[in-house]
Amino acid sequence: MIRLENITKAFPLNDEEVIALKGVNLTIKEGSFIAIMGPSGSGKSTLMNILGCLDRPTSGRYFLDDVDVSRMDDDSLSEARGKKLGFIFQSYNLLSQLTVVENIQLPLVYQDVSLKSQHDYTIELVEQVGLSDRIDHKPTQLSGGQQQRVAIARALINRPLMVLADEPTGNLDSQTEKEIMEVLSALHKDGKTVVVVTHDEAVAKYAEYVIRMKDGVIVKTEKNEIEAKNESKAESKTEKGSV
Amino acid sequence: MSKLLHSVRLAFQNLMMRKLRSGLTILGIIFGVCSVITMVAVGEGASQQSQERIKHLGSDNVILDSVKPSGDEEVEENNVLKYGVTSLDIERIRDAVPGVKMILPIRVLNEAVNYRGIAKSSQVIGTYHDLQTVKKIDLLKGRFLCEMDELNKLKVCVISRSLANILFSYEDPLSCELKIRGTYFQVVGVVQESGDDGERDSQVNCYVPMSTLKSQFGDLEVKKSAGSFSAEKTEFTQVIVHMHSPEQVLTAESQIKKLLEYSHKVSDYKMTVPLQLLKEAEATKRMFNIVLGSIAAISLVVGGIGIMNIMLATVTERKREIGLRRALGAKKRDIIRQFLVESVLLSLCGGFIGVILGVLLPYGIEHFTDMAVVVSPASVVIAFGVSALTGLVFGIYPAAQSAQLDPIEALRND
Repeated sequence: MIRLENITKAFPLNDEEVIALKGVNLTIKEGSFIAIMGPSGSGKSTLMNILGCLDRPTSGRYFLDDVDVSRMDDDSLSEARGKKLGFIFQSYNLLSQLTVVENIQLPLVYQDVSLKSQHDYTIELVEQVGLSDRIDHKPTQLSGGQQQRVAIARALINRPLMVLADEPTGNLDSQTEKEIMEVLSALHKDGKTVVVVTHDEAVAKYAEYVIRMKDGVIVKTEKNEIEAKNESKAESKTEKGSV
Repeated sequence: MSKLLHSVRLAFQNLMMRKLRSGLTILGIIFGVCSVITMVAVGEGASQQSQERIKHLGSDNVILDSVKPSGDEEVEENNVLKYGVTSLDIERIRDAVPGVKMILPIRVLNEAVNYRGIAKSSQVIGTYHDLQTVKKIDLLKGRFLCEMDELNKLKVCVISRSLANILFSYEDPLSCELKIRGTYFQVVGVVQESGDDGERDSQVNCYVPMSTLKSQFGDLEVKKSAGSFSAEKTEFTQVIVHMHSPEQVLTAESQIKKLLEYSHKVSDYKMTVPLQLLKEAEATKRMFNIVLGSIAAISLVVGGIGIMNIMLATVTERKREIGLRRALGAKKRDIIRQFLVESVLLSLCGGFIGVILGVLLPYGIEHFTDMAVVVSPASVVIAFGVSALTGLVFGIYPAAQSAQLDPIEALRND
């Protein structure tokens, strides 16, 4: 289970402080598919960074898999990222000198896991994202959609507790966007926890819950009618109470 | 281990992706390593040559050469200029200097040696059989001079290989007779002196017993010139004082010096102490090595700065990659290792190419010039090791910079 308790985040700006998150409470149950939405400056990226253990909250506590990671040192946070989280970025972030398989296996390099032992699983993931015939291709030989599929497989290689996607379809056309979101939906159906940050309503429709943020607080949590097959897997409330 | 292998493989791929830049970056290291190995090889060659020459003189010897005194100091008696080391000096040294194993006088005449119409101007050396041991003379054929030759004043001679090659192209020199100043000498042996490689600076020598030389040619050397003649009398051209051990040489040197200063009013002799020369040569070599070391250090520092410069640029260029790796679980030390491996790999490539060029270049120099070169394995190992160390030292700062990057900032970088 993933739980945020009264998370605040402040950034120093010149002599002042900008508060990006003002006491966010959020519980994400295993297997949920959540979309975080909000206008620029609403704090959704900051929340994403904290969820992704890329940043530490100024105050409040963050339990990832029931372990408080909010006060962890840099090395422990790296380890948490490597073992429990999978990242998908808007611009794919594949290493151009590596092949599809090598890019997918990149997170394993830092996990002291032998790459050979994970070879079968890698191939399984390649098949899952539909790139079996592109195994030895370099990213430059792939289309944007294909590159994002490689990134999805990379996010799954370490069998993460949660997959975090930051505007995963921001660079793609609508047809490819649909394909990618279907892949993410399939992951959700397989029981993976998926959190997507987006400002695209079409993307958010694929999620089970949509969390809307404004001025550093969660203002609304909506349950999507189409996707909400399971009963409340996500609960969220602002400091002032449930929405 | 797998992390390191991954880093090495990735570093190699990154360097190969930017071949021109990598090549230009390592130029400094290549030139540094190459020049160090080449300079050491040339220096070592020259040093070994001079040391060989000095060792040939014998490190346990003190050598006294008779030298014609300069004009205003000349001592003339009946128009005969007498100078040089005498048998009286030898007696005094033998009596007064402790640790003397033997004293070996040599008298050298420059004479034409003839055989069946072929004449070769040579050094006719009157000496004793002990010379073979003292000067480390190798016997190639026959025998060296012996005591019987000396006692009986036999007209025998031993010739050096180069003389044998000139006079006896197609026949065995042994038992043949050479003519020197009208006297026939029977060849009893052919020798090769240590340090004589048979090609360079070959000595054309003909050894005869001292007693024979004296009885046949006397002590007096008369030189005639238009309207006048001058005569010189030297008992010995050279006297080798052979000590029991090299440790005694320096004490003996000062004692002999005092003795000779007392008995010779003019400086008609020259004292050479090969051990002293050897020490001086070694000191020069040490100095040379310090200078070389400084040049090498400067060139490698310059090369290292080149690497650091490029690595800093690389870190800026690859911010996104650094952010990605951090997001995927890389710790700061993993990022540091990645960039350190890259800078070390760069410098190792430079070192490797530098070593190849540095080993080939001296042979090129030897081929096209007369200089002797000795590529010392130690210089190769040290130059290569230092180049690797340069990569490590100058890679630390860029690597530390890369690790300090905030992953969020780095990922945001476009």
